[in-house]
Amino acid sequence: MSDRPAYTEFHPRWYRRPISTWWWLGKRTYLLFILRELSSLSVAWFVVFMLLLVRAVGQGDAEYQRFLDRVDHPLVVLLNLVALAFVTFHMVTWFNLTPQAMVIRAGGRRVRPSWIMVSQYVAWLIVSAFVVWLLVGA
Amino acid sequence: MSSRSAQRKSRPPVEPFLWLGFTSGGVLAALFAPILLFLFGIAFPLGWIDPPDREHLLAVVSNPVAVVVMFVVLSLGLLHAAHRFRYTLYDGLRMQHLNELIAMLCYGGAVLGSVASAYVLLTMA
Repeated sequence: MSDRPAYTEFHPRWYRRPISTWWWLGKRTYLLFILRELSSLSVAWFVVFMLLLVRAVGQGDAEYQRFLDRVDHPLVVLLNLVALAFVTFHMVTWFNLTPQAMVIRAGGRRVRPSWIMVSQYVAWLIVSAFVVWLLVGA
Repeated sequence: MSSRSAQRKSRPPVEPFLWLGFTSGGVLAALFAPILLFLFGIAFPLGWIDPPDREHLLAVVSNPVAVVVMFVVLSLGLLHAAHRFRYTLYDGLRMQHLNELIAMLCYGGAVLGSVASAYVLLTMA
């Protein structure tokens, strides 16, 4: 052993506990967080799906029929079921979080968080009803 | 944090706009994605509801207002997804060392997808 410890002028490196790549598997809330973040993949699929639909509609009757046939495939239905579950999860978490991220004031008073939340669900219902009416009701 | 403050000095701040796009895209995706995925992904294929015929759909989607709305929903939806997926890889899979590459691929994909959306929507009718 040397009698004198070696000192350095450089800043010491902090000890950082290594974190596993799979840190989010240990706890339910962490897992839900990662699942919520993964809903982004379903949103991306939604966009691709809509583009395929619009393109098929634009290309003619045969293409549109082919699109409907493809969408009929059990695997595609399964994919869309999973995507629907994820975008619904995204919707619920998003609407529930908004009042915490956004403070709205009206007439000098803060609008109640529950009102902000409810108004979003109302907006969602209106949009959904409008889409259904536009596509299959009119 | 140190890299972020260094970034602020050298580059114009894009991060606030990314977050703005993320939130507006998040709202639009929450409003539009569930019902459209339900109709075209579940209800029509399973025969719960009869799908609209092509003429009707074409009339709906070629309406100029609908084209603009669809472009905004699709492109902001992509930006939302890109931003969120970037941070999923960043925090979830702890790929901080690949930050630049991941950001480039995610936002680049969103931009390419938006260009593709514009192309599909404008050449449709």
